Amino acid sequence: MSHSRNQKWREIGVLISLIGLGLIMVSPLIWTVMLSLKSNGELLRSTTNAFHPPYTGENYAAIMANSGVFRWLLNSALVSSLQTVGVLILSSLAGYGFARLEFPYRNQLFLIVLFGLAIPEQAVIITRHQMFADLHLHNTYPGLILPGLAAPFGVFLMTQYFRAIPKELDEAAMLDNASRFKIFWKVLLPLTLPAQATLGIFTFLASWNDYWWPLISATRADMFTLTVGIASSQINFAQTSGLGYLMTQAVFASLPILIVYIIFQKYIVRAVAGAAVR
Amino acid sequence: MLSAKAKTQFGNFLFVAPYMFVFAWLLVWPLMSGMGLSLFKADLFGGATFVGLENYGRLMSDPVFLQAVGNTFLFVLLCVPPLAIIPLILALLLNRSTRTAAFFRGVFFSSSVLSVTIVTLIWRMVLIPDGGFFANILAVFGLPPIPFFSDPGIVMGSMAIITVWWCLGLPMMLYLSALQQVPQDIYEAAALDNSRWWTTLTRITLPSISRTVVLVVIMQCVLQFQLFGQPQLITQGGPNGASRPIVLFIFEVGFRRWDIGYAAAASQILFAIILLVTLGQYLITRKRTGDA
Repeated sequence: MSHSRNQKWREIGVLISLIGLGLIMVSPLIWTVMLSLKSNGELLRSTTNAFHPPYTGENYAAIMANSGVFRWLLNSALVSSLQTVGVLILSSLAGYGFARLEFPYRNQLFLIVLFGLAIPEQAVIITRHQMFADLHLHNTYPGLILPGLAAPFGVFLMTQYFRAIPKELDEAAMLDNASRFKIFWKVLLPLTLPAQATLGIFTFLASWNDYWWPLISATRADMFTLTVGIASSQINFAQTSGLGYLMTQAVFASLPILIVYIIFQKYIVRAVAGAAVR
Repeated sequence: MLSAKAKTQFGNFLFVAPYMFVFAWLLVWPLMSGMGLSLFKADLFGGATFVGLENYGRLMSDPVFLQAVGNTFLFVLLCVPPLAIIPLILALLLNRSTRTAAFFRGVFFSSSVLSVTIVTLIWRMVLIPDGGFFANILAVFGLPPIPFFSDPGIVMGSMAIITVWWCLGLPMMLYLSALQQVPQDIYEAAALDNSRWWTTLTRITLPSISRTVVLVVIMQCVLQFQLFGQPQLITQGGPNGASRPIVLFIFEVGFRRWDIGYAAAASQILFAIILLVTLGQYLITRKRTGDA
């Protein structure tokens, strides 16, 4: 009796702490949304009225009229999707090759790829910038997309996944005289869909939020991704009189990815969990 | 016969060839040539003279670089422990299959999908002394605002607060999936023993997920040593360089002053630090779990 009552109190305690922690977690977001609904003039005087009316949609109207933001949004969508597709294709092919096929120096090559996991972006950035300048790739879509394709994580994940598929499956297909590519494409690839989802979600998120490479590579405003575009209007923050406008940019820029997150939340959670168990 | 086999093997290699090409072109080659470049005094316009290890010598006596190294270590020390502990607490609270738990998991992970530019935009208006959210709350209690970004003694702590808020989602998910791997019958046995909550936690739960704790700490160290966007966007490394991390130093030297040989040397040192810290932690924890 007293045991179950204890349990009930514990449940209530857990719930109260979760609500408290959750409020701390979301309060910066709510604050931002509130500021975005205020007129710039009012915010210039004081921000203490953020939680009281009057509210206005003028900042959102101003964003809609600013075509630059839409261009950045389009750039981000294009770069992230193409990078994701590229990573999925390269990693699946290589994962199948490393897990199933024989060729000279296979294990040594795989070990080198694994070592690549430890290379931080900063260790290669200077010379990669030089290379791309020589090839005139800066301020182009290939210039923004290509570097992400070299990340070894996908190859590692897909190799592990292909290894976990029972070999009997390809052996049976081999008896039917199917070609390697046909086995890969028709038999094994459909089985890797969960891993493709994990890898696709990770790649898309990382690419969408990447700041360091696009900051260095895209120097023309029309080639900015959303991340860099938002940064460019933030640099002269101290002089800005459009506080509400800046906060509206923050809300506007986070909306696409938050919507993607809410729609795919189940898959994202599963993806993270899946990558953790490996 | 042999040529048929060679042919198959070549056909096999074609599956990994596209990735290996990109890997060699965009990762291995820039790494190697970056190491080479660090031995030159070089600028953007193609002028390069071999100077041996002089760039490294210069770094060791460059007060700006040494300060950046110190700042980076301070930042890692400030934000990795909370990033190992707070997500663990959240995971322990949320390790149940109710709708409420699923909702809160979503809430605590939501910040992780935002980009650094949005995070800094939001947090600047939370922490800024002039009209910020926090300052307004303090004002209600009649307290003066805290100079989060202009006091050299506080600024790295502010960066750590922002970073913990931003990054706690992933470790929480890693802990949650680890907690779900712990066999339920151990808990049932403990419940029969009428073990106290604390005993169950320290004797059963934590030892069962110790590998994940190690993973989280190593992952966060690697990640947080690469701090860049938060100070670059909010303080530009100020005041007086108190929030300039190594990566911002590399960025300024390499892409603002175009002293690329010097920047390449600094990035090799960052690479070495990350490798050593990771390797060190890995060896220490492996030894410990080996003893147990």
